[in-house]
Amino acid sequence: MEGVWSARDTSPSDIEAALRELLRKRHEEEAAYVPARVLNLVVVVDREWKGEIENRLDNVGRYHPSRTILCAVEEGRTSIDANASITDDSERTGMTLGWERVEVDVGPQHVKALDSIVDPLVVTDLATVVWAPHRHYEAVDSLLKLSQVVLLDSVDEPEPELAVRRAAGFERQAYVVDLAWLRSTPWRERVAAIFDPPRFREAVNRITAVTVRHHPSSVVAASLLVGWLATRLGWEPGRLARHGDTLHGRAKARRQEVEIHLETVSEMSVPGLEGITIGMDSGASFSFDRGPGGLTATRRGRDGKEQQFTALGASRGESGILGEGIRQALLRDPTYGPALEAAEKMLT
Amino acid sequence: MTTVGQQDKTEQEAKNPLVEGLERLPVHPTNLVIFGATGDLSKRKLLPALYNLAHEGALPERFNLIGVSRSDMPHGDFRGMAKEAIEKFSRRKPDPKVLEELLNEAKYIPGSFDDDSVYTTLTDTLEEFDEAAGHPFNRIFYLSTAPMFFPVIVGALGRHKLEDTKDDNEVRVVIEKPFGTNLEEAQDLNEQVLDVLDESQAYRIDHYLGKETVQNMLAFRFANGLFEPIWNRNFIDNVQITAAEDIGIGSRAGYYDSAGALRDLVQNHMLQLLTLLCMEPPVTFSADDVRDEKVKVLHAVIKPTPETVDRFAVPAQYGPGVDAGEDVGGYLQEDDVPEDSTTETFAALRLEVDNWRWAGVPIYLRTGKRLARKVTEIAVTLKPVPHLAFQEDGSVGVKPNQIILTMQPNEGVTITLGAKIPGSRMRIRPVNMEFLYGTAFLSESPEAYERLIMDAMRGDATLFTRNDEVEAQWHICDPIVKNWEAQSGPIAQYESGSQGPEEADELLEEGSHWRAI
Repeated sequence: MEGVWSARDTSPSDIEAALRELLRKRHEEEAAYVPARVLNLVVVVDREWKGEIENRLDNVGRYHPSRTILCAVEEGRTSIDANASITDDSERTGMTLGWERVEVDVGPQHVKALDSIVDPLVVTDLATVVWAPHRHYEAVDSLLKLSQVVLLDSVDEPEPELAVRRAAGFERQAYVVDLAWLRSTPWRERVAAIFDPPRFREAVNRITAVTVRHHPSSVVAASLLVGWLATRLGWEPGRLARHGDTLHGRAKARRQEVEIHLETVSEMSVPGLEGITIGMDSGASFSFDRGPGGLTATRRGRDGKEQQFTALGASRGESGILGEGIRQALLRDPTYGPALEAAEKMLT
Repeated sequence: MTTVGQQDKTEQEAKNPLVEGLERLPVHPTNLVIFGATGDLSKRKLLPALYNLAHEGALPERFNLIGVSRSDMPHGDFRGMAKEAIEKFSRRKPDPKVLEELLNEAKYIPGSFDDDSVYTTLTDTLEEFDEAAGHPFNRIFYLSTAPMFFPVIVGALGRHKLEDTKDDNEVRVVIEKPFGTNLEEAQDLNEQVLDVLDESQAYRIDHYLGKETVQNMLAFRFANGLFEPIWNRNFIDNVQITAAEDIGIGSRAGYYDSAGALRDLVQNHMLQLLTLLCMEPPVTFSADDVRDEKVKVLHAVIKPTPETVDRFAVPAQYGPGVDAGEDVGGYLQEDDVPEDSTTETFAALRLEVDNWRWAGVPIYLRTGKRLARKVTEIAVTLKPVPHLAFQEDGSVGVKPNQIILTMQPNEGVTITLGAKIPGSRMRIRPVNMEFLYGTAFLSESPEAYERLIMDAMRGDATLFTRNDEVEAQWHICDPIVKNWEAQSGPIAQYESGSQGPEEADELLEEGSHWRAI
């Protein structure tokens, strides 16, 4: 069921009043109606491209934010138009649980003070997440006053150096959920698992080479993965140098130097990582690469013998990654910040 | 002085620096053997749970599945059966590639559980997997069979040295419920199991503990300073734990008529809820610290004696009635139920935890089939305020506060408060302050079996029942079971679709009422 309101040349207080009225009507229609109260997601987009972002949000599935405030920036606009709706999904949740969505069309001049428009629209006491997929960073700066979390995707930034600097800048002011970091999660889990059995644990100190293969847009995801290894294992990474499609450099570990390669795989169809190979001082190595039904793992012994198997797992897709980003906004990962710092050292 | 060997060992056992911050902790390479792999539980729960773990990337990077069952079929047919079961019962639509990869190396060993050749083949199969990998994997033996086979299988595992650990790999045995049908059986079974296994290898499953809702009780009690100061006999008047179902026994007559409500739900699930509600805060949330506290609660429960059972417990059976507007038959009219059966489909108990915190607080347990509504909840009723200054005519007045923890169907917490009715007079009526988990956590909870299989693979026994816990549960229920089995007269009846038998009211203290189901 859906309740809808819209107005032209409106104001934040009118939008807020309309939301309250929609909620009251919904309660009147059904006493058992309950609004979801998880988090506010404020999304700032170019109005021209908002459909694409709406599609992504529609497909995040169970991790849908409870109140989405979509601020669509339109060239030449001087007034504020808005529409608001409440949707519920009793089939999926087993109760009449509702989500609110507000779209506010604003002009470029509104962006630097967007907080004054959005503030009355967020549900007080819930975590507020801000996301600017079309790089309206001025809006993010303004909204940081009322947000606790910045959602970003470092692959949206054409220059990796800028992307890590930008993320580090936000990281100093709020908790950052970087979709590029989340793309590396299955890889981090699998690499951690390799060294987890006690008999393999000591080998973590004998890594001499790390190669990460990635989508052309995902240098940051690759550098975050290496940055994670570096900070968890106490390596001092140096700046990476470009050789064709590869970034190459070294990190200083306690006992050895570690060769680092970030290799572009241009055939990849989706952003993210394609594979990782970790080499040991004994000549042994192991790799994980995308494969059917999960990650194809290859272990090469010091004698050169190879074993291959599949570490099972389904692809999450881009909507799945965004949904995971929304979920992660309510958690805290202490390892992202240090990994980002290491990535910054490698890329800038 | 530290020797070189000790130093190496210490270094090896140092914490894995890569796990910090990971939401999902690594699980070591595992061979999982399901005894009873073609059975109903395996098809409906275990295989779909394994698929969902695989889908999420939660299974170890090296994982092998071996099914053992009596049906004679080749590996390929077992894979086909497993695929069909997963497609039918998985909570999400399977990804064909993940499903194929999960099952394409699965093995099947047909045979009787008491046949030694089954275990010889199993040993060979496990060793082949280990040899192919170059090191031994952890082994999980999941006993999803009729209880009579538990000692048979565990004994055979022992004879074939399959429970032995090699290098640093672990061997664990997951044992389904019911763990015995009375105290003596539970003690015998424990003895036979522990003759072969170390207690740390025995994972007695009660899938109820794998439910998020049940684990949330620990969060509710120990993560909120609001409740702890009143969580004792000074403030709590009584507790009612209800596990009501609105359906009958369906096609489970074979099992249910020999078990009854007490064995089916009270001895395990409901006593577990009682322990979680009443336990002291554990020192840590390690498996043994949590279970130590739970066992203390069970030890503190005043045990009924054969002479006092009638004062502690009431059995009843559903008769004909109306369900959702339709006339329905009673228990004796259900398929395959003996016409003279006196098996209880309803059980109500009045227990008391006789310790410093709870002495004198009645704790009522109630479970039944074909009751008015499906609900599992714990209602904690506080003592009334000492002075009722607001009593005025024309209102229901001040009622004691209640804290209601609902496990299903809508998981949440409700607190009833007295509030002033708008108007010029000071009239009070109770209102509800309600919190539904679904409004704050939109994530889908994993199936209990997913969580428990994962914990067993990871070696976390917190949500599994320890030997002394099982026996302590039986010490409470055994006298009741014996008394009820010895009764020769007719069993109390209640109408299908009702609130249960009137006889249950006799357990309540004067002035108390059962909460409406």
